[in-house]
Order: sequence, then structure tokens, then C-alpha cells
Amino acid sequence: MSLESGGPTVAETGAEEDDSLELDQIEATQRAEQPDEDGPRWSRALHDITGGSTIITVLAVVASLIVGAILIALTNPQVQAALGYFFARPSATFAAIGQVVGGAYSSLFQGGVYDFSQVSFVDGIQPLFTSLGFATPLIAAGLGIGIGFRAGVFNIGAQGQILVAGALAGWIGYTLPLPPGLHLIVAILGALLGGAVYAGIAGVLKASTGAHEVIVTIMLNYVAYYGLSFLLSNVLKAPGSNNPISPAEASSAVLPSLFGSPRALNLGLVIVIVLTVIAWWFMTRSSLGFRFRAVGENPKAALTAGISVKRTVIYTMLVSGAFVGFAGAYQVLAQTTTGFTNALDAGIGFNAITVALLGRNKPWGIFWAGILFGIFQAGGYTMQATQGIDVDIVQVLQSIIVLFIAAPPLVRALFRLPAPNSLRRARRVRHTTAPEEAIAR
Amino acid sequence: MTTFEAAAAAAARRGMTPRLRDWKAPIFLGAVAILAVILLIVFGRSGTSTFSFASRRTDVFSLPNLSIPVQELGLVAAATAVAMAAGSTLYVRARRKVPTWYIAVFSVVLLVAFLAWASAGHTIPLTGLLAGALALSVPLIFGAMGGVISERAGVINVAIEGQLLSGAFVSAVVASATRSAIAGLLAAMIAGVLVSFVLAAFAIKYFVDQVIVGIVLNGLVLGLTNFLYQTSLSQDAGTLNSPTQLPTIAIPGLSAVPVIGPVLFNQTIIVYLMYIAVAAVSFGLFFTRWGLRLRSVGEHPQAADTVGINVNGTRFWNVSLAGAVAGLGGAYFTLGSVGAFTEDVTSGAGYIALAAVIFGGWSPLRATLAALLFGFANELQSVLGIIGSPVPSDLLLMLPYLVTIVAVAGLVGQSRGPAASGKPYFKS
Repeated sequence: MSLESGGPTVAETGAEEDDSLELDQIEATQRAEQPDEDGPRWSRALHDITGGSTIITVLAVVASLIVGAILIALTNPQVQAALGYFFARPSATFAAIGQVVGGAYSSLFQGGVYDFSQVSFVDGIQPLFTSLGFATPLIAAGLGIGIGFRAGVFNIGAQGQILVAGALAGWIGYTLPLPPGLHLIVAILGALLGGAVYAGIAGVLKASTGAHEVIVTIMLNYVAYYGLSFLLSNVLKAPGSNNPISPAEASSAVLPSLFGSPRALNLGLVIVIVLTVIAWWFMTRSSLGFRFRAVGENPKAALTAGISVKRTVIYTMLVSGAFVGFAGAYQVLAQTTTGFTNALDAGIGFNAITVALLGRNKPWGIFWAGILFGIFQAGGYTMQATQGIDVDIVQVLQSIIVLFIAAPPLVRALFRLPAPNSLRRARRVRHTTAPEEAIAR
Repeated sequence: MTTFEAAAAAAARRGMTPRLRDWKAPIFLGAVAILAVILLIVFGRSGTSTFSFASRRTDVFSLPNLSIPVQELGLVAAATAVAMAAGSTLYVRARRKVPTWYIAVFSVVLLVAFLAWASAGHTIPLTGLLAGALALSVPLIFGAMGGVISERAGVINVAIEGQLLSGAFVSAVVASATRSAIAGLLAAMIAGVLVSFVLAAFAIKYFVDQVIVGIVLNGLVLGLTNFLYQTSLSQDAGTLNSPTQLPTIAIPGLSAVPVIGPVLFNQTIIVYLMYIAVAAVSFGLFFTRWGLRLRSVGEHPQAADTVGINVNGTRFWNVSLAGAVAGLGGAYFTLGSVGAFTEDVTSGAGYIALAAVIFGGWSPLRATLAALLFGFANELQSVLGIIGSPVPSDLLLMLPYLVTIVAVAGLVGQSRGPAASGKPYFKS
């Protein structure tokens, strides 16, 4: 593609952080002109750190934990009881709050990262392995959704794609009589294909008729759900079962565990790391990925440059669906291998959207965001089991994090951080989480 | 006649092509007609199907049951469908759009034949079916009105689901605590407005992408209500989750009309509020100053700003209004139908309402019809399940979503939202 050599600037303005990168350059030139306006060097450095996106992410997590702490404290019976005599003995209230919130977050950590009650390191780190297990499908689906966002396509249909891909992988996994290694590969490829084709429907409809992909993918979620429910009540149902559940997977199609650890850590994690590298390479180094970003940034400019926007939309959905498809395969071939139901997506469809947003649609950002949410999920279950705090608090935390991430000025206002500078604030106006053009259609 | 239509008409007189032949409608009608032939004739069922018009209330006069021979009706309906599909090509040849009434007649004929086919040998309680369909449609219609208001003002409202759910939750708690269903209704509106405030603040003040805020808000409300339900409501259901139910009010005279009476005019106050809301939005949007301003900031904010309309203010308050309307719809779950709050009681109704908005082309009346269609399909599924029909319920449940996809993909014409919907406005 001749464009690539001619248009590196377009390539670099592909996403919001690149946008601020460009702004940094502007700032740098300004600083060169007026060297000592900002005072000493360290103050300027501090200014840059507090203006960066990493600090926003960290503060968003902190803010969500604070909101979560308030919720946990307010709904706790001990705290409520202590609040009754707050003015007589305020210390009791604070002690109760400290105990409840401290207990909650320490069990969240011990259930998600490292269990201090275990003697050996191998046992202690087991929760992190569980978290990575939860993180794996989140990362895969998040990568797919993030690629869509970068190309200006809202793939809200991860749930449906996971259902279709998972069912296909599961069906291959329990019917086809294939030798061990090959069986797994065929099952996973089937899932990628299933996810891609199912997402492709929305892409083709958008490209050919202009149907809004948000609506189409939401509708396709329901179609997949009811379609799978229907199939599970007859064709896919395990023989002899009264419930709509499929037969168990053949052992040759199950993702093998790593280091012989009991199922917590398996080959899926390795595959998802490879997928992250592929996604990174694809979006930053390949010509198709370049076209994705060009269309996401400005479809009109991309069209002028000779890129077929319609075809790119279809390709985007295909690629996005294939990544999401691996999440479906993982759910069936690693998480619940005893047969899948119509709930095999386990809410990943929604959570992966938040993962993609938290990772700012960058492959490695999504990777770490997925691990964070995996820790939340694993820790949330432990918190529910040991502290009696409902696991739904995790979804509240995740949503609040993403809301804060999406609005950096709000986080800055909350934590009294300085605005990066007036120039950047003016440009911040165009700073939306996904390319603006995407919503217009 | 707009200038474009005038130009097109002039072009047509000069023998030019004003519009490309659009074969989408005939292809779609043809495909449905073929399906109808397969279902009604090839897999035709014999026997008679009975449509019952009776209701539980004693009517002033009641209609007799209608017995239909299934096989004959199937033949007639399939033949009609094929003929109408063929007839629709005439419209396209004449370079005209296949009119909506044509598609409507086509659908109704097949629907009646399908009902008879599915209930062969059984009785379909028509009044009950329609009443159930309306009941399932009420929150969808409120949600759709919220969606229409918000999107006409230029803010995509994916958060309808969150507004419904928060309305359902808060109304249950307030109605239980105060022992007043009316207080519950008001609280539901406030809850919807609060969700809208967040949506509006992020979309209008912080310029965050509106679809994303909507989706995340839905997740936030779902997580929050689930958490509070588990930690508080389920622990103390007596004081927090046993809402006073709204009484049904029969409108004298009208409620005695057979079929329509018990379905439409023997309802709770929420349903009557819904009639008022639909009428008010339909009228207000197109015939009042409020509606003109609302549509102007949604279609061309720069122009609206130029004539002195506060774009972001107008958007903010109308998104809040949309939240109040959708919140009322949420109250229907806990004060009108289910009776108590359960986890995820709305189960995706907000997304269906959103689909109804788009299906209905951002028009309040057509969005209402679309919502009724969804409600009807859902109720039909459960009625057919009860009378033991051969149609798998999952496939029937899937049908409205498939219909929406077909509709969005352009059968009902290119779906065109308000021009500035989803775009933040920067005053320069």
C-alpha cells in the first residue's frame, strides 16, 4: 500500500493517546520557545505525570474502590448498628467501617492475587492463577471489541458471538473423533470462524444497508441466545439429560493445564498472550490494521485516500468476531468442560466492553485491564464466600472505573489535579473514547 | 411538497429516473410468502381453531366464539401472500415505494393464518392474548418514549435499560416503605432522572461517547441493584420489597366494550399515564415550541444556537425528562405487574425499547407500535406454550429480534435518526 509510506501522520493519529502524543509535540515546541515558563524541571515533570493517562487509570481505580467501600459500609449491619449511636461514640462507627471495608478488600486481594494464609508460595499464588483463568476470555473478547472501537465500529454483540463460537467449539469438541492435538486446534479454529461469521452479519448489514451495528449486534445477541436455547433443547442436548445442556467435551479437545497445576492455569493463557501480540502487530504494523485505524479516525479521509470504508467495516467485524470467538472456545474448552448451556458466555460480553475501554483499546492495555478485572472477579467470589459481601459489587466497581476513565476531567476535578494545560484542555473537547464518526452513522 | 420531492417529480415527468428501483421489499415479501406456503400448506394442519373473545369481566354484550377451519384458511392466506408479494413488484416497476399499509395487510393476513395454524384443535383466548401483550408492552412503550425524547434532542439513550431498572428498584423500595404506590411512582421518575443526569453529564459536559456511557450505566445500575437487592431487599423483604400494588381502574362505559374494553380501559394508572405520555410526546414533539426546540438541537444544533436556543441546556433537561418517562416504565414492573423487585427484573426490556425507537423511525407513534409488536410476540409465545402448540417457544421468542434486524436493515425504508444524535455540541 502506497499510503503507508505517504501518510505516517495519519497512522499515528489512530487513537486518543496518539492524539495526546501529537499534543505533547506541540507542547514541546512551545516549551522550546518559552523555556522557563513552567518553573523548575521537577515541577514540570510532576505536571506531566499528573496529566498522563496512567495516573488517571490509577485514580479511577482508587475512586471506584472508595465508592465500593462506601457501599459496603452502608449496607453492613454492624456499621448500621454503630451509626445508631454515632454521636455518642463515633469511634465505634469508624472501627466498624474499618473492619468491614478492610476485611472486604483484604479478602478481595487474597482471593484474587495472593493468599497469605497459605504456607508455600505455590499454594499462596493459586488465587492469581484463578484470576488469570477468569482474565483469559475477558482479554480475548476485549481485544476483539477494542479492534472494533479503533475502526469506529461498536461491536456490542460479543455475547452472541461467544455463544455461537462456544457452541461450535463445543460441538466439535464432543462429536468429531480427532487425535488429541488436532482436535483442540480444529475446535478453536471452529470457534474463531463461528465468531467471525456471526459478527460478520452485522458488518455486512452495516456496509450494505447502513444498519446501525449497535442495534444489529444487540439483536443478534438475543437471536444467538434463543437459537442456542432451541438447539440445546433438541440437537445439542446430552442424551439422557432432562436439562438443556450439551454432552461433556472429549478430553482431547480440552485446553491442557500448564505446569500440571489443577486446571487453574491452562494453555488458554498462552494463546491469549499470543493473541495480544498478534493484535498489537496487526493494529500497528499491518496494512489492514492501518486501514482499520484510518477508517476509525476519519472515514471520509480514508475514502478519499482510496480505502473502501464499507469493505473495511466488514473486515473489522470479521476480525473482531474472531478474537471474541476465542473467548467462546475458552469458556467451553477450559472453564466448563462438562457440557455447555445457553449461559456459557457468563457475562463476558458486557465485561469485555469495559475491559476494552479500560485498556483504551490498545492490545497491551486491554491485556492488563483484563487481568485487573479477572482479579476482581476471582477476588469477588472469595469476598462473597468469606465476608458475605455480594459479588455484584464487582460489577459496580468495574462500571465506575470505566466511567471515570472515560472522563479524565472529572477524575482531575475529584482529586484536585491540575489540568494538563489550557492548550490541551481546548483540544480535549474532541477527546472521546471512541472515534467520533462512529456514532454518527 | 419539499423541494427535493418537487425536483424528483419534475425529473419523473421528463422521463428520468428519480429514484432507483428498490427490490428489497418484494424480495422480503416473496421470501416470507414462500415460508408461508411451506408452513401453511406443506406442513398444513387440519381441524378447526377457535378464537375466543370472552373476558373474565361480564360484558354488556359478548361476541360469539369464532371457529375457523385451519386448512382452508391456510390455503387462502398463503395464496394471498403469494399474490401480494407478486403485486409488490408492480410498485417497484413503477418506481414507487411499497406502501406501509401494503406490508401491514400482508403481515396481518399471515399472522391470523399463523395463529390458526398454531392453535389447530385448540381455543385461543384473544382477549387474554391482547391484554397480556399490552402488559408486556407498557414498559417498552415508556422506554421507547424516553428514547425518542432523548434521541430527538441529540443524545443517544442506550441507558433506557438502566432507567427502567432503577425505576423498578426505587419504586419497589419506596412503595414498600411508605405504603403508597403513588410515592413509588414519583420515586421511580426521580430514579430515572438520576440515571439521566449521569448520562447527560458525561455526554454533554465531558463529551464521552454516548453509546459507551449508556452501556456502562446499564451495567452500573444492574450491579448496584443486584448488590442492594442481595444485601438489603432480600434480607428484609417485608419492609423493603413488598410494594403496594396500584389498583385497577375501570373506565365507565369504555371498559364494557367487548375485547377492547377489558384490554385497554380496565388498567392501572400507569397504563393510563402511558396513553397520556404517548399522546403528549406525539403532539408535543411536532406541534409545540418545546418540540420544535428539542428537534432543532437534535437535528442542527449550530442553527439552534444561532437563533438563541441554549443547546446543551435543552439537551440536558430533555434527557432528564426522558429518564423520568423511562423510570415510570420501570415502576410498572414492581407496582403493576410482577409485584416485587427481583434481580434484573427488566431483563433487557430497555434494549428492546431502544430497538423499538429505531424500528419506529424515531416517531413516537410508530415506536409505540413497534413496542406493541414486541410485546405481542412475547405474549403469543407464552399463550402458544400454554395451549400446547407445535412451535418451539425459543424460536418464537427469537422472532421479534429477527424482525428488528430486517427492519433496521432497511425494509421499512432507510432508518435515519436525528442528524446530530450522538454528536456532542461544542459552542464556538
